[in-house]
Amino acid sequence: MSSETKQILTTDGIPLEISLKKAERKNKIKAFLLVAPLLLFLIITYIFPIGEMFTRSIDDKMITNMLPKTFKSMETWDGKDLPSEEVFASFLSDFKILVDKKEHGKLAQRLNKEKNGFNTITKKLFRQVKRNKIDETQSIKEQIMKVHKRWRNVEYWQAIKRTAPPYTSAKYLKAMDMYLNEDNKITQVSEDRRIHRILWLRTVEVAFFVTVFCFLMGYPIAHLLATLPMKYSNLLMICVLLPFWTSLLVRTASWMILLQQQGVVNDFFVMIGLVSDDNRPEMMYNKVGTYVAMTQILLPFMVLPLYSVMKTISPSLMRAGKSLGGTPFIAFWKVYFPLTIPGIGAGCLLVFILAIGYYITPALVGGASGTLISNQIAYHMKTTLDWSFASAMGLMLLGGVLVIYWLYNKLVGVDNIKLG
Amino acid sequence: MSKNTEFVKFDKVDKSYDGKVLVVKDLNLNISEGEFITMLGPSGSGKTTCLMMLAGFETPTNGEIYLDSNPISNIPPHKRGIGMVFQNYALFPHMTVYENLAFPLRVRKVQKDEIDKKVDKALSMVSLSGFESRMPAQLSGGQQQRVAVARALVFDPAVVLMDEPLGALDKNLRESMQYEIKHIHENIGVTVVYVTHDQGEALTMSNRIAVFNDGKVQQLSSPDKLYEEPVNSFVAEFIGENNTFGGEVTDISKDVCKVKLQNGEILANPISVNSKGDKTTVSIRPERALINPKNKMDNNQTGKIEEVIYHGDHTRVRLDLLGNKDFILKVPNSSNELDLKLGNEIKVGWNSQDARALDPK
Repeated sequence: MSSETKQILTTDGIPLEISLKKAERKNKIKAFLLVAPLLLFLIITYIFPIGEMFTRSIDDKMITNMLPKTFKSMETWDGKDLPSEEVFASFLSDFKILVDKKEHGKLAQRLNKEKNGFNTITKKLFRQVKRNKIDETQSIKEQIMKVHKRWRNVEYWQAIKRTAPPYTSAKYLKAMDMYLNEDNKITQVSEDRRIHRILWLRTVEVAFFVTVFCFLMGYPIAHLLATLPMKYSNLLMICVLLPFWTSLLVRTASWMILLQQQGVVNDFFVMIGLVSDDNRPEMMYNKVGTYVAMTQILLPFMVLPLYSVMKTISPSLMRAGKSLGGTPFIAFWKVYFPLTIPGIGAGCLLVFILAIGYYITPALVGGASGTLISNQIAYHMKTTLDWSFASAMGLMLLGGVLVIYWLYNKLVGVDNIKLG
Repeated sequence: MSKNTEFVKFDKVDKSYDGKVLVVKDLNLNISEGEFITMLGPSGSGKTTCLMMLAGFETPTNGEIYLDSNPISNIPPHKRGIGMVFQNYALFPHMTVYENLAFPLRVRKVQKDEIDKKVDKALSMVSLSGFESRMPAQLSGGQQQRVAVARALVFDPAVVLMDEPLGALDKNLRESMQYEIKHIHENIGVTVVYVTHDQGEALTMSNRIAVFNDGKVQQLSSPDKLYEEPVNSFVAEFIGENNTFGGEVTDISKDVCKVKLQNGEILANPISVNSKGDKTTVSIRPERALINPKNKMDNNQTGKIEEVIYHGDHTRVRLDLLGNKDFILKVPNSSNELDLKLGNEIKVGWNSQDARALDPK
C-alpha cells in the first residue's frame, strides 16, 4: 500500500509532478503568448461590444441620476396614497437642479414614455419654478398639487416610482410587443400595434425554409462533388464557390435584375407561354425573392461541410451495402445517409444561424413582406436612433442562436459537427 | 453428388473503361462449386476488375458471366447474393458489430430470432462471440477483418468474393488470418474468389490460382503446379524466386533442348520453344540448383560467390554464373560443411528437367 501512495521522484530526487510542471511551464507560456493576440482581439471585438450592448439594452440610469433625492425619499412610500410632503420637497429640489441644467425636457420625455400626460404637467411645473412662484416656506405638496390636477393623481407618482430602478426590461418586452402596465404586470400591446412578433416569426420561418432549401439543393451537389472524378469535381467546386467570391451586393442586385416583373425570369416565362404578359407574377419585394436570393447566397455554406464529410465516406461502404443485399435506396438510407449527419448538422446550423441574422438581401429584395428582424434592428440603429432597443433585439437574436446551438447539442451532439 | 465445375463461368469477357484500352482481355474462367480460387497478379493486371464484374459493380464490355448457369450481367449487385469482403473491410462505422452482421439479414426480411441465431453462429465461426455490441472503431484491425468475413458469410451466399482482405494487416496477423479463412472455407464449403497480389497468400490458401497479367490469365493451376511448372516466364518470375538465362535454342529433341547462352551452353526442358533458333528464357528455381552435387546432373557449371546473405533458416548465395551475376542459391543452414566465402569458386549442378525453357522476356 505504502508504495502506491509514495511520491514518485525523478532521478535527481525532485518530485515528478513538480519536475513535469517545470519542464512544461515554458511551453505553456509560449503557447499562451501565441494565442494572446487572438484572445485580446476577441475580447475587444466580441466580448466587450456584446457586454456594452447588453448594458445599453437594459440601461435606465438617466432618470435615476436625474431624480436621486426623489427616489431616495420614495423608498418609504407605500405607493397607495399620495406621497408625503418629503417626497414632494425632494422632487422639487431635484427638478430645480434639472431646470438649472436645462434638462427638464429630457425628464418630461422619459416620464411621458412611462405614462402619457407628463409632458404637459412637467411644462406647467417648469413655468412655475421659472417664475419662482413656489414658496419653499409653505407646504410644497400643496403648491405642486395646485399646478395641475394630474399632480394630485397618485397614478402619476406611481409612474415616477416605477422608473426608479437603474435597469429596465422594457426594451425586451417591447421587442416582444409587450409592456409593463401600471400594476407592474406584463401586458400585450393592442393588436394593431403588434409588429415585432410577426417579424420574429417571419425571421425564423425564412431561416428555416432557406435551410431546408439549401439542404435539398446542397446535398446532391455535395454528393456529386465528392464522387465525381477529380477533373469534373474541381470544375463543379469552382461553380459552387464562384458566387462565394462575388460581392454579396452584386449577387443580390443580379437577383433583382432576374426577378423583377420586367426581369429576365419573367420575360422567359412569358416567352414560353407559362404566364401571360399582363399577368406577370411578382417574384421580388416579397418572401419569394427573399427565399430565392438567400438560398442561392447561403448554398455554399451547406455544400462545403457536407462535401467535407462525404469526401471521407469510402465508396466501398455503399458497395458493401449493395453486395449484402440492400437495394440502392436502402444502402443509401441505412449506410450513406447516417454517415453524413455530422455534415448535415454543421451545414444546417451554419445556414440557419447566418440566415436568421441576414440583413442586406432581405432589405433589397424583401420588400415590406420580406423584411426580417435584422432590418428592424438596422432601422432602429439608423433611423429612430433607439440604440438600446436595437441592442435588446440584437441580444435576443444572439440568445436565440445560442438556444438553437444548445438544442442541437442535445439532439445531435456538437462533437459530431464537422465543418471541414 | 458431383460438384458443378462451372459454378461461376467467365465466358469471353472483355472489359474496357475508356474504349481504348482493354483491362481484361478475352477472359475464360470456370470456377467449380466449393472451390477456393485466387486471382493473383500485379496491380493493374485486371484481377480486381474481374472481381468487380462478378460482384456487379462493373459490367463486362463484352461476353457474359454465369453464376450457376444463369447469366448475371443484367442482375444488379444486391440481387446476386454474392458476399464480399472489401480491402478496407467496409464495416458500417455507425453500426455495432451485431447490426453490421444483421444488415444483410434484415434487408432479406429474416425473422428476428433467426437473425440472432445466424449472427451468433457467424460470430462464433470467427471466434468473436461477445463482441456484438462493440462499434467497429473499437476493434483491432484483425477483429474488424473477421467481422467483415463473418458479415460476408452470414447470409449463406453461394459465392464469397474477397478483395485483398488482408492487405492492411501486419505480417503475423496476416498469416494467422490466412489459415483462419482457409479453415472457414474448408468447414462451410462456400465458393471463394480471392484477389491478392501477395503470392505467399495465394499459395497457402488456394485450391487453384489464376495468375493475371496484362488483362489475361497467364496460368490457371494448383499452387504446386504453378510453382514447379510455370508455363511462361511471367509466371516463373512472379511466383517465387527464379534464376533466368536468356539464349537461343541450338538443338531440340522431345524433352530436352540445348540453349546457347552468351558465354556457355546449357541443357533445358523445352516448354514453350518448338524449333531451333527460337529465342528463349531458361528459368531455374534456386532450390533446384545444388552446390557440389553428389548425384550426376546434366548441367554442371562453376560460379564465383559474389554475396552471402544470412537468412536464419537458410543462406542465400549470389553467384556470377555463366554471365548471370544474379544467380541465387538457397543453402539450408544444416549443410555447414560448405565453404561459403566471397570470391570462392563453387560447383553448381542442376537437371535439365528443372531448367524450363520458356518464352523470351
